[in-house]
Amino acid sequence: MTRFSAAALVRNALNGQTGWTAQWPDAEPKGAYDVVIVGAGGHGLGAAYYLAKEHGITNVAVIEKGWLGGGNTGRNTTIIRSNYLYDESARLYDHALDLWEGLSQELNYNVMFSRRGVMMLAHNVHDVQSFQRHVHANRLNGVDNRWLTSAEAKDHCPPLNISADARYPVLGAALQKRAGTARHDAVAWGYARAAAARGVDIVQNCPVTAIRRGADGAVEGVETARGLIRAKKVAVSAAGHTSVLMDTAGVRMPLESFPLQALVSEPVKPCFPGVVMSNAVHAYMSQSDKGELVIGSGTDQYTSYSKRGGLPLIEHTLAAICEIFPIFSRMRMLRKWGGTVDVTPDRSAILGTTPVPGLYVNCGWGTGGFKATPGAAHTLAHTVARGEPHAINAPFTLDRFRTGRLIDEAAAAAVAH
Amino acid sequence: MLLIHCPYCDETLPEMEFAYAGEAHVARPVDPSRTTDEEWRDHLFVRSNTRGPHAERWRHVHGCARFFNAVRDTVTDRVLATYPAGSPRPDLPGKDTP
Repeated sequence: MTRFSAAALVRNALNGQTGWTAQWPDAEPKGAYDVVIVGAGGHGLGAAYYLAKEHGITNVAVIEKGWLGGGNTGRNTTIIRSNYLYDESARLYDHALDLWEGLSQELNYNVMFSRRGVMMLAHNVHDVQSFQRHVHANRLNGVDNRWLTSAEAKDHCPPLNISADARYPVLGAALQKRAGTARHDAVAWGYARAAAARGVDIVQNCPVTAIRRGADGAVEGVETARGLIRAKKVAVSAAGHTSVLMDTAGVRMPLESFPLQALVSEPVKPCFPGVVMSNAVHAYMSQSDKGELVIGSGTDQYTSYSKRGGLPLIEHTLAAICEIFPIFSRMRMLRKWGGTVDVTPDRSAILGTTPVPGLYVNCGWGTGGFKATPGAAHTLAHTVARGEPHAINAPFTLDRFRTGRLIDEAAAAAVAH
Repeated sequence: MLLIHCPYCDETLPEMEFAYAGEAHVARPVDPSRTTDEEWRDHLFVRSNTRGPHAERWRHVHGCARFFNAVRDTVTDRVLATYPAGSPRPDLPGKDTP
């Protein structure tokens, strides 16, 4: 693996770009590993990287049924923020944000993290009260977030319609300036390259069909399309298919899988600063570095593994976008797609141990897993290596649905997480 | 877009007429005071999340406003059958295939 640097760029410019090597090998699975991670998205690859780097566990395989980063890592709208209401969530997402800020340097790979700000619009009195409560709670937790008047919101984002007779009047907004976006593919590629450089095997096109448990109940390994792979520790990081996989280990999960859609417009010149979200009308938008407007909304109403959603939702979202930003009413949309997100009843993730010895799970990120990638990966690696929770992921247990100690972001944020 | 047949109105109509209402045939515990924490967890929070034919509740909100059940394949999104609330799940060929 060639280390990326200005000197390497110059050297390769002079020698006809012949000095670059493959970024990671496409590994054939061995018969056994210390740790098997199911799912080569940002979360799984990141966990493999931190296992190798921080815990010295390098005999690790990341097993992926499709191609690397082809699930929700490659399908999301790349929004990164940490302005969550509850202390537990604020700590987790702010930990992720801390890691995002140094990630390109850490991985020697440009993940294009951009602190362009995330602004959430308040359209009614309830929104105003709720977002101001968020701003105060965030400040108490040391999380950056501030309240803007509608004029300040317009100043931050000129395409915004703040006229008094708008269909969705803007009464104010909450702005997290430290929030932003990153290049989603680069996150998966950067972690894959850095993990492979430390000896992690990345196995693609290899569906895991079942988790195998021994006579004592502990994990023995995973059955895959290419045979049994033994491991005393298995971490499932399989997003929308987590419950299907966990069923094979005899663990029923409090998860439901929904389609989540997104779409992009034709590329245009830079015209839209940062990310703007409207939770009340289920629409959010940013502009990618290529110039496309990236638009997302809430999930479809029914559970599905189809990786498609219905057109009514897209229509609803675009109707809202055109009302909030009238200048985009004649933009042409280039493409739309869907992913399968696993949603928990309290809209907070499940991250940690399971009733099965040696089986760990990282799931339930619902519609907002991308922003958590480094934080989830980092704390999952800790939990897998030590067999115990990290201080930050400790509240996000599977057991909270039995004890009732929920982290109810569903009530706090309701949508568009 | 889903096309769903309302068993009461006897019409096949677009998804926008209907509201999804979660998994069907989830029975409430008979004796709440004797129900354990594990049973409450399973009743309140754990769902089958089936990949394949899935029995689920729908409500014809913009029509007769009544609840009914449907079996829908969650991989293809095809609605395989609809039936009135309270009726048992119909036996469909291959309904247990994952």
